Amino acid sequence: MAELKPAERMKIKRHDMPNQDPDQRRSNYEEVALGYSLETAREEAERCLQCKDPKCVQGCPVGVLIPQFIKALREGDMVQAVKWMKVKNNLPAVCGRVCPQEVQCEGNCILGKKGEAVAIGRLERFVGDYELSHRTCPMVKAKKTGNKVAVVGSGPAGLTCAVDVAREGHDVTLFESLHGPGGVLIYGIPEFRLPKSVVHGEISYAAECLCIDIKTDHVIGRSFTLDELLHDFDAVFLGTGAGLPSFMRIPGINLNGVMSANEFLTRVNLMKAYQFPDYDTPVRLGKKVAVVGAGNVAMDAVRCSQRLLSLEAKRTGGTPGEAHIVYRRSKDEVPARAEEVHHAEEEGVIFNFLTNPIEILGDDKRNVRALRCVRMELGEPDASGRRKPVEIKGSEFDMEVDTVIMALGTNPNPIVFVDAEGLERTKYGTAVADHETGRTKKERVWAGGDVVTGAATVISAMGAGKRAAADINRFLKGEADWQ
Amino acid sequence: MYKILSKEVLSNVVKLMEIEAPHVARKAAAGQFVIVRIDEFGERIPLTIADYDREKGSITIIFQELGKSTMQLGKLNPGDSLVSFAGPLGHPTEIENFGTVVCMGGGVGIAPIYPIARALKEAGNKVISIIGARTKELIFWEEKMRAVSDELIVCTDDGSHGRKSLVTEPLKEILDNKNNTIAKVWAIGPAIMMKFVTIATRPYNVPTIVSLNTIMIDGTGMCGGCRVLLEDGAQFVCVDGPEFNGHKVDWDNLLSRLSFYKNEEKQAVEHYEHTCRIDGATVKGRE
Ligand SMILES: Cc1cc2nc3c(=O)[nH]c(=O)nc-3n(C[C@H](O)[C@H](O)[C@H](O)COP(=O)(O)OP(=O)(O)OC[C@H]3O[C@@H](n4cnc5c(N)ncnc54)[C@H](O)[C@@H]3O)c2cc1C
Ligand SMILES: Cc1cc2nc3c(=O)[nH]c(=O)nc-3n(C[C@H](O)[C@H](O)[C@H](O)COP(=O)(O)OP(=O)(O)OC[C@H]3O[C@@H](n4cnc5c(N)ncnc54)[C@H](O)[C@@H]3O)c2cc1C
Ligand code: SF4
Ligand code: SF4
Ligand code: FES
Repeated sequence: MAELKPAERMKIKRHDMPNQDPDQRRSNYEEVALGYSLETAREEAERCLQCKDPKCVQGCPVGVLIPQFIKALREGDMVQAVKWMKVKNNLPAVCGRVCPQEVQCEGNCILGKKGEAVAIGRLERFVGDYELSHRTCPMVKAKKTGNKVAVVGSGPAGLTCAVDVAREGHDVTLFESLHGPGGVLIYGIPEFRLPKSVVHGEISYAAECLCIDIKTDHVIGRSFTLDELLHDFDAVFLGTGAGLPSFMRIPGINLNGVMSANEFLTRVNLMKAYQFPDYDTPVRLGKKVAVVGAGNVAMDAVRCSQRLLSLEAKRTGGTPGEAHIVYRRSKDEVPARAEEVHHAEEEGVIFNFLTNPIEILGDDKRNVRALRCVRMELGEPDASGRRKPVEIKGSEFDMEVDTVIMALGTNPNPIVFVDAEGLERTKYGTAVADHETGRTKKERVWAGGDVVTGAATVISAMGAGKRAAADINRFLKGEADWQ
Repeated sequence: MYKILSKEVLSNVVKLMEIEAPHVARKAAAGQFVIVRIDEFGERIPLTIADYDREKGSITIIFQELGKSTMQLGKLNPGDSLVSFAGPLGHPTEIENFGTVVCMGGGVGIAPIYPIARALKEAGNKVISIIGARTKELIFWEEKMRAVSDELIVCTDDGSHGRKSLVTEPLKEILDNKNNTIAKVWAIGPAIMMKFVTIATRPYNVPTIVSLNTIMIDGTGMCGGCRVLLEDGAQFVCVDGPEFNGHKVDWDNLLSRLSFYKNEEKQAVEHYEHTCRIDGATVKGRE
């Protein structure tokens, strides 16, 4: 393509993402977004104005070199595009799929001010997928230093830190309590949004190119304590996430059929309950499911429910059940990614806004029978600026359901802090760590990701892993003392 | 991969295996458990640490063949391997010299009660043990239990071995005997047995420790599937337990939660037996 003028670039329309048809995808687990073709990707890349002061980069928590990789992509130099990408982001195939781009890179893109932003996430996914299938392998390990680093937790924070530390020639051991690495990417985010083959691809690539030793089934705090790790390793990074579920304090929470979103998503994604009985772990939903909450976790839980119910109907020839979202605020306050809400609606999920559960009712077998709710209305703005929902008196009603899934936010799991004298934590249970360096109050221990911030995003966890890795590398080189 | 070092058949449905898992053995203690996964398709099942050998780096598990996973596990042999083995999980048993204590094991619960009885004996307690099962074939480790107990009572429901009674009967007699001051009771076995033990000890106000066997997934506090209702709210068995004050447990809630997946468990066994018949020795058509 000949070099275009800015006005010509701005005339090109943003390219839609080809998606699986909603009627079809609601009863399968295959990926919804099918990905750009090379032609579409290059045309979309033509839209970028190559700003001198690229606002998009400021919107990205790790500062991906966006104009650079887009330029290489539109020139068809994929190897170079991958190289630019990997300067800041080890997991582009993941981030391109799950970042809330509309509030990050794309939210800042100059084109978005008047029209539609460059589809940075989709281009990033394209580059990441190219790399996964072609393995140009720009990750090289420096000469062995003999230093040993332990990374605890194999989610995005731990993986990123492990990769950046291993590159410098240090020996990295990655400890993970579950049987597979990946953190939320494996046990939380469903296959149809982030295929597990993509995550496995990214992980095994890092492990093979950089010889990172991944030890699964190792629960730190139990098999080894933090203090024991400090004895054997020169530095320890904690990226243990925020996996502890919370339940609402309402009556009926221990009835059969009430689950945390973590339990439900772990059964479905990590244990592959949607393939029961070929896989051993079952999940039981009944006909009607209510998911309480409206964040990413709630959207994933309700879309998994919708699929399980449709699959069941297909198998038995019956009518499919219903999957509901129950949320106490209105649609404007929904915290989930816009694309996820849109996809859920297309797939037939029913949204109940301004609705708050107050009790779960059971039958004589202690199985869930109904969710008692009240209607809400929006009152005055609260401290966060959001309008506070208040109960409408006398508006109680019962929603008949078989399953209630609580998607209410999570806290850090305290197991890792057993025998971790001196490691300071906040009253929410999060580890106290410096934002720039990741250093905790305990010598030679760094932390980052959800364990520090509470539940956040994949890319912010990666950013924290990256900053901590840089500081660990400086520390091990003797360029920065522990003070 | 975690290798099976040895296997012993304790009764027609109860089997013992020693598994190579140095990362678990180095810290394991009585009362803790492991989470095991047999193959890539397997579920994560919790099993108590029945014994450990730190030098060899091995853990002994004892399991009863109840459903698909334990049946499949029972078919494996020394030299075979398991894909996951995580632990030690949960809190160890609190061992002290309490005075005179009663240790009760029902069915496969004899396995986990053994290391507890041994540790209590070593700590200087007078240990009275009561073990029981439906029938003679299901009783194992009688001599091992005798060796660590000052007194051992064996019961079977059908009277085929030892005394014909439920384990709660001799317990009541011991509690009634004015010459005994029982400081504490441990009971491990089917939930229904533990429930009745706590009912038996309640009028005497004897602290009663039970080890709860809820359905689990991760075993590290992440899912909440193992939660149990206590007098003062819900707790997670995998991280807050597995041992609890039995007098505080809402047993009916526990029993109903245990049976929630009954249909699926049955379906899993049928599927397993079906594919086994088709494929002979291979499981699900894959090695
Ligand atoms: C269902 C769901 C959907 C989400 N969707 C999105 C999305 O679309 N976009 C987005 O940006 N973000 C999303 N998020 C948030 C995002 O996934 C997290 O912010 C991110 O994964 C945090 O990364 P992390 O590395 O800090 O922790 P995690 O990903 O939680 O990884 C922590 C790892 O540490 C392990 N671990 C914990 N304790 C121990 C221990 N003691 N010893 C050994 N290992 C331990 C855990 O098993 C886990 O594997 C979602 C989260 C969930 C739950
Ligand atoms: C902390 C802990 C320690 C345990 N230690 C041992 C042990 O040392 N040895 C041992 O044999 N078992 C132990 N169990 C129970 C063991 O985990 C289950 O028997 C096993 O998961 C059954 O799997 P399955 O697929 O073979 O049977 P399933 O198909 O899951 O179940 C078959 C039948 O067993 C019943 N059942 C299911 N789960 C349990 C359970 N957790 N407890 C009792 N009955 C159940 C079901 O109602 C069903 O009727 C322990 C459980 C916990 C939580
Ligand atoms: S990492 Fe996420 S926020 Fe950053 S450029 Fe990529 S998609 Fe945008
Ligand atoms: S702000 Fe938009 S147009 Fe400018 S460089 Fe970034 S992506 Fe390109
Ligand atoms: S088994 Fe998941 S929290 Fe206990």
